[in-house]
Formats: sequence, structure tokens, C-alpha cells
Amino acid sequence: MNAAAELDIGPDQVWGWLAEVSDPEIPVISVVDLGIVREVTVGAAGPASCTVTITPTYSGCPAMEVIAQDIDSALRRHGLLQVTIETRLAPAWTTDWMSAAGREKLKGYGIAPPAQQVVDISGILRRSRAEPAVACPNCGSARTRLVSQFGSTACKALYRCDDCLEPFDYFKCH
Amino acid sequence: MRNRVEMDMDERKFAFLTRMGDSALILSQQLCKLCGKGPALEEDMALANVALDLIGQARLWLQHAAEVQGAGGDEDRLAFLRDVHQFRNFLLVEQPNGSYADTLMRQFFFDTWHYFRLQALSQSTDARIAEIAQKSIKEVTYHVRRTGDLIVRLGDGTEESHARVQAAANELWMYTGEMFEADQVELAEAAACGVAPASGLRQPWLDHVGQVFAEATLTMPSPDAWMQKGGLQGRHTEQLGYILAEMQFLQRAYPAAQW
Repeated sequence: MNAAAELDIGPDQVWGWLAEVSDPEIPVISVVDLGIVREVTVGAAGPASCTVTITPTYSGCPAMEVIAQDIDSALRRHGLLQVTIETRLAPAWTTDWMSAAGREKLKGYGIAPPAQQVVDISGILRRSRAEPAVACPNCGSARTRLVSQFGSTACKALYRCDDCLEPFDYFKCH
Repeated sequence: MRNRVEMDMDERKFAFLTRMGDSALILSQQLCKLCGKGPALEEDMALANVALDLIGQARLWLQHAAEVQGAGGDEDRLAFLRDVHQFRNFLLVEQPNGSYADTLMRQFFFDTWHYFRLQALSQSTDARIAEIAQKSIKEVTYHVRRTGDLIVRLGDGTEESHARVQAAANELWMYTGEMFEADQVELAEAAACGVAPASGLRQPWLDHVGQVFAEATLTMPSPDAWMQKGGLQGRHTEQLGYILAEMQFLQRAYPAAQW
């Protein structure tokens, strides 16, 4: 056995390494910040083995495969010999699982973080419901408006600030 | 479908799952053709986003269908190696993109059905079906709100936009009936999942479409009009052949090619 097998690797250590794996489309936040890592188990298939359970953000998010590959190679770099990535659908991922640190990092990156509520699936008409207040990540103004519910990636909506006049991405509730 | 009075359970579930998956897949393929051609940048992005959600959902349904089928296949085989008569999508989603009014009306009719369908399936006692539905409905809620808004904007817009969406509604109306068809597969699988069959979605669908049409100053065609059916049994319009020819070309020409 090589040196890696002798490492005493615990789940906390793996969580720490996962916190360094960034989202391929929003490099400032990690997969842990994003809330897509649901579970980590270590040692089930040997001393240097690990199973990471992740949940997809959006059904068709093209980043999910890259994320799985990135997790796999990051953990192998740290000496794990057998890495299994499992996908879990339920409960469905929600932006509520995004960490406070992740929200701050998004804002610093120019993307307004999601308001603290999941998408309201109870109603079919948008006009009847109040849109969450979204502060401009550039100037902080609350005078912003929705341009489109569908932005540059599946997880974002397009907004515009009425004060600094900059358009910006909003990580929409989900 | 075998010529027997009763299908076995796996056959029935496979048929049910391909109906869900195929409509999402074909509609996604249709929307992908518009990528880069939307009437406005925001609409272009919205179409691509919706197409992406639908392809992801199609993948979940067809993955499960392939497992149920148990022939060692996967969702790619189902998408790329079945022929027209084996597809179970609604005739509605294979209708041409046409003008933007046609694209939008097709989407609005489908999204409204999709929303109510997923809402029901979220409560399914079949855990896998329930979790796919719970995942999908979050995405579809955004879809249906957008199309409802746009139908109102165009219907209650200019004379030209009003005329175009009204014509699209009249043209596509006869393809909406089969979304509520409750044949043997539908009735048995809905019962097995502990949910109401698709026929139960007709009234909420008519209510929502009626409400949006009223606000859009559009005239809703008669719910009693004659309806074209056949998609759920694999009897398609000629459109599907063209769609598959394009979608399946690569796998047919270069079998087992990988990205």
C-alpha cells in the first residue's frame, strides 16, 4: 500500500478539501458554499475511499458533470484512491442551502445573492405575486428591476439598477 | 405494444415514462433550433434556458424509463435510436416553430399542462416519479409564468401581435386535447402512483388558459372542438420525422460516437 492508504482521513478533512473546489461557472464560490454537497462518507470501500453525494442545481445544468469531475480529481490529489460521486434528487436543491459566506462572495463578484426564500411553486401567475427586493451588487441601491427571469445561466435572472444604471445578474430563488 | 388485454407493469411504466420524457425532449430540440434567433436578447436567453431545463428533465424521465426497460440501454439510446412510431410525445410539441406567436402559444399550452401535471405527480407514491416531478416543477413554474405574461403582452398588444397570437391559438388548439387523454396506460399508471389521471387536469388547464386569454383579449377556441390524437400511441404528424432526422443524425451516422 502506498502512503495515501495510511493517511487517517476523516469526513471533516474531506469537507475542507471540497470547500476548495469552485463552481466552474462562478469561480468565487465553492461547491460547499453552493450547497450541492449533501453527504460525505469515508472508508466504506477501503481506507482511502470516499463517497460524495451531490444534488443537481437545475435538471439541465451543464456544469454538473464538470463539478463531479472536479471533485473527483481534487480528492485524488489529496491522496484518496477511490472516489465515488453519487447524485441525489430528493430533496430537491434549493438556494436556501447556499451558505452565508457564499452569498457574500457572490455579491463581491457582482451577482446579487438569492433572497432567503425558495421559489414559490404554489402559483402559476407571476403578476399576482410580489417579487423579492433585490439590491444592486454594484451600488447597493434597492431601486432595481427585473429585465428577464432567464439570465446568462440557468440559475440566474437579469436585473437592472435604476440608480447606477448597470445591468446585473441575480442568482434567482430556487 | 403487445397485443394483449393487459400490459405488464414494467411495460406500462415504461410507456408512461417515455410519454413524459419524449414531450420534454422534442420540445427542447425544437427550442434549441431558435438559439441565436430569438426576437430579442432576453427572449433568446429565455428560450435557451427553458430548452436546457427540458433536456435535463427529459434525461431524468428517460434514464428511469431505460432502467425500467432493463435491456441494458440508457437515456441516450432511447433518444437517439428509436424511430418515429416509438416516440410517445404529444403532437403539440412537434408542431413547427413557425412565427414567434406559434412558438410562444405552443409553449404556453404545454407549460400550463406541464405545471399541473408535475404538481400532481409530486404527490406520487412512486418515490422516483415524485422526486423527478418535485425537481422539475421548480423550473416549470418559471416557464409557465413567463409564457402567461407574454401571451398577455402580445394578445393585448398591437393589432398585428393580437392577430398573430390569436391565429396561433386557433391553429394549435386541436393538438391540446390529447394532453388530457386517459387511455389504459394513463389510467393504470396514475392509479398505481395514487394520483389523478391526466383527464383530471383538463379543468384547471382550461381555467388558467381562459383566465390568461381573457386578460390578453383573446378568444379561447371551443373546449368541445374536435381534437387530433395519436402521439401517445406513436402515430405522429410528418413533422416528427424531420425533427428526428436532425436530432439523431450523428448517432445514426457514427454509431456509439461519444462527445
